[in-house]
Amino acid sequence: MGTNIYEKHPKLAQFGILLVGFFLLIILVSPSDTNVLWRLPPLLAPLPGMINDLAENLMFNWFPVQVYDPDLDDYEQTALLRELTRGFSRGVLFLIELIREVLIGGVKTIVAFTGWEYIRENPWAIWPALPWTVVVGGAALLGYALRGVGLALLAGISLSYISIFGQWEPAMETLSFVLVAAPISILLGLLFGIWSFKSRTVEAVLMPLLNIAQTMPHFSYLVPVTVFFGVGDHAGAIATIIFATPPMIRLTLLGLKKVPVEVVEAGMMSGSNDRQILLNVLVPTARHDILIGVNQVIMQCLAMAVIASFIGAKGLGFNLLLALNGLRIGQALELGICIVLIAVVLDRLSLAWANKQTDYFADLNFVEKHRFGLIFLVIFVVGVVLAFLGGMIFKDGINYFYFIPHNKGITTEYIWQSGVDWMVDNWYAGLQGFNRGLIINVLQPMKRAFLSMPVSATFLLVMGVGYIIGGTRSALIVGGFLLFIALTEWWDRALITAYMTTFSVIVAMIIGLTIGSLCAQNSFASKTILLVCDTFQTFPSFIYLIPVIMLFGVTDTSVLIAVIIYASIPAIRYTVEGIRKVPPHLREAGLMSGVTPLQRWIKIDLPLAFPHIMLGVNQTVIFALFMVIIGAMIGTDDLGQLILKALSDKQGIGNGLMLGLCVAFIGLVVDHLINTWAAQRKAALGFGE
Amino acid sequence: MPSQNATTQNEPVVKCSSVYKIFGKNAQKMLRESNGKVDANEFQKAGCVVGVNDASIEVYKGEMLVIMGLSGSGKSTLLRCISRLTETTSGDIHIDGKDLLAMNRKQLIDLRRNKMGMVFQSFALLPHKTVLENIAFPLQIKGINTSDSMKRAMDMVDLVSLGGRENYFPRQLSGGQQQRVGIARSLAVEPDIWFLDEPFSALDPLIRKEMQDEFLRLQDVLHKTILFVTHDFAEALRLADRIAIMKDGVIEQLDTPANIVLNPATDYVRKFTEEVPREKVLKIKSVMDSNDGTEDFSDLTISQDAIIETVAEAILSETKRVPVVDTEHNIVGSVHSSKMIQILFGKSKAAETGN
Repeated sequence: MGTNIYEKHPKLAQFGILLVGFFLLIILVSPSDTNVLWRLPPLLAPLPGMINDLAENLMFNWFPVQVYDPDLDDYEQTALLRELTRGFSRGVLFLIELIREVLIGGVKTIVAFTGWEYIRENPWAIWPALPWTVVVGGAALLGYALRGVGLALLAGISLSYISIFGQWEPAMETLSFVLVAAPISILLGLLFGIWSFKSRTVEAVLMPLLNIAQTMPHFSYLVPVTVFFGVGDHAGAIATIIFATPPMIRLTLLGLKKVPVEVVEAGMMSGSNDRQILLNVLVPTARHDILIGVNQVIMQCLAMAVIASFIGAKGLGFNLLLALNGLRIGQALELGICIVLIAVVLDRLSLAWANKQTDYFADLNFVEKHRFGLIFLVIFVVGVVLAFLGGMIFKDGINYFYFIPHNKGITTEYIWQSGVDWMVDNWYAGLQGFNRGLIINVLQPMKRAFLSMPVSATFLLVMGVGYIIGGTRSALIVGGFLLFIALTEWWDRALITAYMTTFSVIVAMIIGLTIGSLCAQNSFASKTILLVCDTFQTFPSFIYLIPVIMLFGVTDTSVLIAVIIYASIPAIRYTVEGIRKVPPHLREAGLMSGVTPLQRWIKIDLPLAFPHIMLGVNQTVIFALFMVIIGAMIGTDDLGQLILKALSDKQGIGNGLMLGLCVAFIGLVVDHLINTWAAQRKAALGFGE
Repeated sequence: MPSQNATTQNEPVVKCSSVYKIFGKNAQKMLRESNGKVDANEFQKAGCVVGVNDASIEVYKGEMLVIMGLSGSGKSTLLRCISRLTETTSGDIHIDGKDLLAMNRKQLIDLRRNKMGMVFQSFALLPHKTVLENIAFPLQIKGINTSDSMKRAMDMVDLVSLGGRENYFPRQLSGGQQQRVGIARSLAVEPDIWFLDEPFSALDPLIRKEMQDEFLRLQDVLHKTILFVTHDFAEALRLADRIAIMKDGVIEQLDTPANIVLNPATDYVRKFTEEVPREKVLKIKSVMDSNDGTEDFSDLTISQDAIIETVAEAILSETKRVPVVDTEHNIVGSVHSSKMIQILFGKSKAAETGN
């Protein structure tokens, strides 16, 4: 290890010089509006307006076409793009309505085939809802058919919970929206993943786009989507698809690239043609990564449930938002649990489906072959009969066996509410003291420090680090990202975002390193903590805000704590993984040289796990950035706040996109620096990946 | 052993002449300019890597040809040229008299579906399929219906003694068991030509020995035409009818195991043969005295295909000459105990007296 430290010395020296320059600039550059060393002029300020004009032109003037309007019985002139997006919207909306009405009934599907006239003339033509018992039974049966009793219980109990707690209708609305968005995302992800696997050009074009797409905050997609697709369930679904597809593409490509050459050769020697190689060899062999992609898609869909409600998606997310705005913590918590349950059930079902085995030699008769269909038929009949009987038993007009309305379900809201009240009564002073202390002594000085940084000093620091890590190329790349942000009007806001992210990342990393290192000492603890991380990661980011607001009210502190909790997950995960990956013989060598546990941690575990931990830092930063932006919902004054404002503005598309890019570029600067460094370090330590 | 006289009667099943495989951008052009004399160093300077350099081999029906070489010798590349997993840069390859390199995709797929089977070093099993499904894979690719292909696959499971494990996934099997699956899969379509690319190299030595025995047992039943690649000289000696030893893309020597051990053609080949205990490699046939018909023989007879070591003790306990017989019990030669002593304890002399 000794030589390594010497090798590092030149870089350390460079870094020292860089810091000196950085602080010199801070001292020497005086704040003034005209000094370009202090702040760059907002040259890009007209850009949002131009984007707005462009979008408007595209939607209303570009490529006019004649479209027949059956209502007017005449041809109408309209823009091509507008018709295309309208058609797409209609298709997506129809699918959502179809699934929704199978689950909870309605008339819109019938309307789609006939017209409102028909419904008015035929009042009986309403699609009835499935009794909730049938849906619960069906889900349990599906779980049983795919895996066994355990999954059946999970699916059955989860859905029963949703129904009994009176969240059936919004939950089914959310489900219908996920059941449309997720398959489309998965399909698109697979297609683009395969395409970029086949063609290097496609990969080269797609990768930077994916980088940006994955670091743009969810909110910035919303404005463009409303401009092109309008508002409603379909817009929510489309925003979700845009957000959920990139990780699927990436993981598909990653999985395909990992397929061993010999497996493909074995496929070829079996006489497979190109299609068979792709569908029977490549895709199934890459299944592990593709399934992680599917899992991510489902998680993104549910994480978007809340965010999509901003542009009119109905369901749990919308109610959750209302509850949060009304500070009804108990209700928000129950809704949050419903979202998590749907996420977990969908995730497990999709995994079980992918891992299902076939028995080729079972000699089945008709009943055995169709037994699941027959059982479902029985469940259906029993459910309908129960619902019918329920209509006679329950006299107050509500049939609990058919549908439990929102205000008639069990609720634990008052328990939570009284808990919150109790905590507010008893802990308020203490928490507020902590809160004020943190804000006055830590957060505000830190914010001031960030804001008092001249733009030239920021550039010097970031580009300097880029140069030390990856040479001129890296310096130019990160400099380019920074330049974009510096030339917008929002540099100060970006600094606030950066300060909140920096603070959260530092705290999250301290938590992550501590918990991660402790748990990594023992394989049982490692497995447990990784499982906990998995579980927490299935919670949509919004959920984290609920308990914090409960305790700290609507303040910067709440947002930061939520961010820290959310960002600690990757920090812990990567620390555990990094330390567990340290080759055992190195630890044994250390033990035989007589190291103490502390020495082993400092001298062996951490240095070797460091590159992997840094990738965790990268994830932590991205997680923190997202959460900081989401935190804007409950009131902060960074970029997120502006993105939210852009949402309510009809001309917001330009601002929304630009702000989104600013956030994405902050993320990409960190991402580029850390990835370059970690790749070099891993190569130097000799674990290539 | 399909001896040289079979050569004249039969067309070889696999026939390669002057096969070159050169990796790199200007490979074709460089090769044309070099007139068949390829100097690896010169090519390297031009950014090309020579994989196979002027290789010619012929494999006859029912013969097992082992291509032996260390890593980077081009042995796997040559195998991949013959199975056309990589495109050959120059040369001719004929399979059953048909020009492999002139085949279009459809013909090639057809050939692979019906005539070829291949076993890989890393097993190359499909991780998402069970043992049974993996073995049935080539059959299903061919378009055979599910129930027939599963039935056939089940037969193969029994052939490689994996009965009871047909519903396991590859990850649940040991390396040896996984390679049994690989072997069963490659044999499922009853190919005529069987390619094995270092099939036992990833296995532990004990398992490797066991798999070699198993492999010999299978070949005894199946009589496939085999191209077997290995880096293990002992394995080559154990299995091969003939061995091709490769170095830097060039075939250094192509001959029977006995001839290679007794008469190494180059210094490189000699390095491998020096440490080989002959009695463990050579068959009686390669050291016996020819039969002049006048000898007074012992009652003991030994097979011409017996490995010397296995019969040495019996021969040493006989005072008279021991007759050597072929499979039809005709006497084809004889061995005296003095010869045995020579072979066992005086190696250099044994080498001189060998053919």
